[in-house]
Amino acid sequence: MSDTAPGPAPVRRELRLAVVSAGASDPSSTRMLADRTVAAAGRLAAAEGITLRVDVVELRELAQEITTAMTSQFLGEGLNAAVETLRTADGIVASTPVYKAGPSGLFSAFFQILDNDLLIAKPVVLAATAGTARHALVVDEQMRPVFAYLRTMTMPTSLFASTEDWTDPALSKRIERAARELVLQMDSGFERRVREESWGSYQHSFGSAGGTETGIELDSDLMRLAAGGQA
Amino acid sequence: MITTDLVPPRKGSTMQFGIFSVSDITRDPTTDHTPSEAERIKAAVAIATKAEEVGLDVFAIGEHHNPPFFSSAPTTLLAYIAAQTKNLVLSTATTLITTNDPVRIAEEYAMLQHLAGGRMDLMLGRGNTAPVYPWFGQDIRQSLPLGLENYNLLHRLWREDVVDWEGKFRTPLQGFTSTPRPLDDVPPFVWHGSIRTPEIAEQAAYYGDGFFANHIFWPKEHFMRLIRFYRQRYAHYGHGTEDQAIVGLGGQAFIAKNSQDAYTQFRPYFNEAPVYGHGPRLEDFAEQTPLSVGSPQEVIDKTLTFREHFGDYQRQLWLIDHAGLPLGTVLDQLELLGGEVVPVLRKEMAARRKAGVPDAPTHASRVKDKYGDAEPRQPRPNANRGDNVTGGSPYQDTDEGVRASLPEL
Repeated sequence: MSDTAPGPAPVRRELRLAVVSAGASDPSSTRMLADRTVAAAGRLAAAEGITLRVDVVELRELAQEITTAMTSQFLGEGLNAAVETLRTADGIVASTPVYKAGPSGLFSAFFQILDNDLLIAKPVVLAATAGTARHALVVDEQMRPVFAYLRTMTMPTSLFASTEDWTDPALSKRIERAARELVLQMDSGFERRVREESWGSYQHSFGSAGGTETGIELDSDLMRLAAGGQA
Repeated sequence: MITTDLVPPRKGSTMQFGIFSVSDITRDPTTDHTPSEAERIKAAVAIATKAEEVGLDVFAIGEHHNPPFFSSAPTTLLAYIAAQTKNLVLSTATTLITTNDPVRIAEEYAMLQHLAGGRMDLMLGRGNTAPVYPWFGQDIRQSLPLGLENYNLLHRLWREDVVDWEGKFRTPLQGFTSTPRPLDDVPPFVWHGSIRTPEIAEQAAYYGDGFFANHIFWPKEHFMRLIRFYRQRYAHYGHGTEDQAIVGLGGQAFIAKNSQDAYTQFRPYFNEAPVYGHGPRLEDFAEQTPLSVGSPQEVIDKTLTFREHFGDYQRQLWLIDHAGLPLGTVLDQLELLGGEVVPVLRKEMAARRKAGVPDAPTHASRVKDKYGDAEPRQPRPNANRGDNVTGGSPYQDTDEGVRASLPEL
């Protein structure tokens, strides 16, 4: 599940990149789009003296656990491992096929069961594949709002590949562009600083970031009411 | 390997073991039989009396106000069971502190306390069935402040003869006396049940009450954090050390002579159970949650791990009668639980227990804490003034200084 993208020495430091792929087959064009983005990011990172450590979450392998979690709130072992992968990642490439003019249900379900605060300020490249170019806006119109809700830092370049794009050099350019945005954002320490300096200013609830969200806030009206005060 | 050198059941012992029921009336998936309400209510009494017979300490019943549940009036059921038993402690799982008027809770449970001779306590919960709130004139969006405020009032009603009170959610009270006063003027012990709300843990800690985590569905890490918070705050408010906080845990068990039989017999019920049915595999659920399925020894071993995660605790309740399990099976489960599991657990938990950890609170222990060897207070009302109230000092020994602002007559 883990490999290191090629890059020249000297290595100064390591960043973690997580791939979430909802591709239905193995290999899938959805995973391929993600892999090309990772490869581009690996090269760009290497040039900056950064080694990218890449972990892949194949949602296909978690399909049963995802539906179980949707219906019973019970997270299986594989899902818990995926959550940990995302929690510790410095950046994410999230890639899904388009079905019926929307992201794969598996993809949507996976992000719906994550704790609300898990991905705050994380850099994310959004990517989708489809059989026709008519689905091109799915990334911006349907995927972006989900990641806005999760308060991630989505990269300005969306990746979309329909059948004809795979032979078009323009796709490579867009991949390169998105990868650069991602590496710069990951390298900027933006997420870390937001979490260190401003974590408390986001709305949290108990368990909203898998237990890492925050200390329990005692200075609130409800806590005062709990301790015999007035509502 | 744990020895099976049994000790006899202890009454009012260090740690209490018992069962709790949510009062669901569920079709038995193996026979397609759905019990009638009458059948299930009688079964609840049979289960409770059997719990006493096999040496368990506690029977607790839930509160619901909609089908397919029967338990809308828990104190009535518990009072009946109290009359049929001698040692069993009757409790709830949970009493709704949101949609019930705290005045009615104070009255009903004080009455139960008298009739049960103190063999009762209660567990408060907020309830998460949205439609129930409007049926009782409440709003689920206000559930948490409503529950917190209601308990603040309930706590006073059981401790002050005369209460003047004004809050956000309920009609103000002027010169109100909740009757009957608690048995021996010692309020029923209260457990606060919560699975995700730090405010509830805070309230339990503030008042020095018990905290009950029904950790059935989620991984232990979640509850470890909440219980640690409760223990820290219990110590913060000066009730004792963190180890002395009063913790209860839920669980569920299905026991057979051997592991394979337990899985085979329980699987059809699990697979179609409300809440988690049609979801996780039984094996996964049993591995990752407190559900114990297996031989008595396996249930013992698993329950002993709870102590390792949450510290020494005072009360362990199991859910054993849900998901359509027929009465006969439940009674067999009780034989195994009371006969083979709990005696070993009593011994093993006691052997592992840290020094200074308090026993589970009982009415007797709380009377002793309050009065030592002195006689408990027995409130006797003053004479009716003719207007059906007895004034600011309603009892012969009520502090004369208590001057309630009574409503204008």
